Amino acid sequence: MLKQIEGSRAVAESVALCRPEVICAYPITPQTHIVEGLGELVKSGHIKDCKYINVESEFAALSVAIGSSAAGARAYTATSSQGLLFMAEAVFNASGLGLPIVMTLGNRAIGAPLNIWNDHSDAMSLRDAGWIQIFAENNQEACDLHIQAFRIAEALSCPVMVCVDGFILTHAVEQVDVPTQEQVDSYLPAFVPVQLLDPAKPVSIGVVVGPDAFTEARYLEHKKQLRAYDVITKASADFKATFGRDSGGLVRSYHTEDADTVIVAMGSVIGTLKDMIDDKRKQGQKIGLVSICMFRPFPNKEVQAALKSAKHVIVLEKSITAGQGGVLAAHVRASGLDVSIPLTTVIAGLGGRPIPKKSLSEFVERLGTPTTSELHFLDLKQKFVESELKKIEEERCAMPKKAVAARGK
Amino acid sequence: MKNTQAKRKATYTIGNRLEKESDRAVQASPDRANSLTSGHRACQGCGEALGARMVVDAAMRATKGQLIVVNATGCLEVFSTPYPETAWKTAWLHSLFGNAPAVATGVVAAMEVKGHNNVRVLAHGGDGSTTDIGFGCLSGMFDRNDDVLYVCYDNQAYMNTGVQRSSATPPAARTATTPIAGSEPGNVFGTGKNIPLIAMAHQIPYVATATVADARDLEAKVIKAMSMRGARYLHVLVPCPLGWGSLPRETIHLARLAVQCGLYPLFEAEHGEVTSSTTIRQPVPVEEYLKLQRRFAHLFKGGKPVDDRVARTQAIADANIRRFNLLREEESHS
Repeated sequence: MLKQIEGSRAVAESVALCRPEVICAYPITPQTHIVEGLGELVKSGHIKDCKYINVESEFAALSVAIGSSAAGARAYTATSSQGLLFMAEAVFNASGLGLPIVMTLGNRAIGAPLNIWNDHSDAMSLRDAGWIQIFAENNQEACDLHIQAFRIAEALSCPVMVCVDGFILTHAVEQVDVPTQEQVDSYLPAFVPVQLLDPAKPVSIGVVVGPDAFTEARYLEHKKQLRAYDVITKASADFKATFGRDSGGLVRSYHTEDADTVIVAMGSVIGTLKDMIDDKRKQGQKIGLVSICMFRPFPNKEVQAALKSAKHVIVLEKSITAGQGGVLAAHVRASGLDVSIPLTTVIAGLGGRPIPKKSLSEFVERLGTPTTSELHFLDLKQKFVESELKKIEEERCAMPKKAVAARGK
Repeated sequence: MKNTQAKRKATYTIGNRLEKESDRAVQASPDRANSLTSGHRACQGCGEALGARMVVDAAMRATKGQLIVVNATGCLEVFSTPYPETAWKTAWLHSLFGNAPAVATGVVAAMEVKGHNNVRVLAHGGDGSTTDIGFGCLSGMFDRNDDVLYVCYDNQAYMNTGVQRSSATPPAARTATTPIAGSEPGNVFGTGKNIPLIAMAHQIPYVATATVADARDLEAKVIKAMSMRGARYLHVLVPCPLGWGSLPRETIHLARLAVQCGLYPLFEAEHGEVTSSTTIRQPVPVEEYLKLQRRFAHLFKGGKPVDDRVARTQAIADANIRRFNLLREEESHS
């Protein structure tokens, strides 16, 4: 049913349709409206046979989900930013134990400095935690991906993190087609765990594994991630068959067939990029776009296929790994991009800074056709950082004198 | 206040035939669950292995085998489940060091939502996971009054990692991080937390303390706890030969001395009120308890206390004895 609805509410209603059995709630902006919505849906009886548990921290939220999932319940939680880092240990644990938990990540920056607004630092910081990570482009997809996420998680016995841009999506009110219960029931079967805590058939889950078998445990985890390519592709295809629209999958290409310059990005910025590409195309520029929906496992083959005509690649990303550059850029390069093809990394939208079409358009224009791979920051306040760098340099020069003077006292 | 000691007519022996069959220890029964079975890798004289076996077997009897056990990281988890082996004959889950109470909450939630209300959940861990790293999750579980019996096996330090101080380490005890050096050798006085009292402050249905020295008392408390619903907490003193510097054969003896000297009071509380305590039958000075442990060896020279720290330890024991009235006359009983 078409609804004019906030992104968080759409996610909550979508999760509700998946018949979750245990929901763990801990507030953190910008994810909070999702668990508030679910709380209301459970308490009012809209979600039946479901326990809604208010916990004391994100670490507990995921830990409760771990316990309930291991005991055979379909478990869900949501978090953002600091919350994800606070539960980091449990994030790795959930995937190591092979528990099909679904978690929404309302993407937000990580402090310090404290910042509650959107970027992808949180998701990127736990990219190696063994979870499937999928990114929503808009609220319709955010809604759809949750329905797919439970199916993917349970098919693989692997947790899935659905990444939804904080505020830009979670707090945006737009039209979303929220499916019916019958549709979701026909798409998503009941959860049948492969391993279960059952007094009648006692097993030990979560044992100590020494050097003799740990490599094999990790190898199998890697293989499981590789199986996700097929599982996610099928989940997306079946979704289209049931619900009649494209959602999810691995990557999506936009005007890449003949493109000399191809931009790679993920999340809600895709819409703005498409608009800009439409403008540039009208001006005759051969430019295209690759939208990454599934970040983990990384769709190496599909990205390379989409980049096959590219003479220049621009990776636009909402996180930075200080001292290295772009995380997504490194992935695109490692996916098999020929070293002769220059790759421009542009860091944008950090801590909620808007990414206007105008800035993107001017950046692409200024960049032209570079011959080297460089790192750029969109709309960086150049004067400000230069004056700060100057101050730091002066302080560093003054340091030895100050230190000597201080010792003299 | 009820005196649990007063009911006793026999000795501490597990298979004591002076007791009626129904009063005998679970461990005395050939039908015991043997939940933590033999072949595991605990040290000789391990108090925790003994405590866990008695606790889980008692819980298995109380629940007619309908039990799921959640284990925190620590000695107990490491020595019992080296892949591909496991010593557990119950459904058992280990997740992390600091989250066992929350994981147990999750298991309970799953059982409730599936309608398996007869399946009960027991979570357990050492003092490090309980009093330090997992305390937030424990307090949260108490706060929600989740239907979990949480058992802490308190050996008073991080033994699995090589004997480091925890907030359950007693004053003066030598650990690897409270070495015998400086003006106050060993663990400093005036630190640490009393988790049973903190548990009581949560007003949960049941809190109790026990030791591995008295199997029937320990088992009775587990069985009583399993007859109730909601959050329940059991704190079990389990001597550790490795960390305490004691002989493996002294484990039971030390646990008993800890009670008899007053350093470890045995009591029960319901909804925040103490309902019973065990009187001390044969009071002993703390010296007798301390002298059997190398971690306290620096307190003595030539058998005599080197300074006032033994007296200060005695003062702690005396305060416990006063607080719980542990030397009161035994009430007459039928």
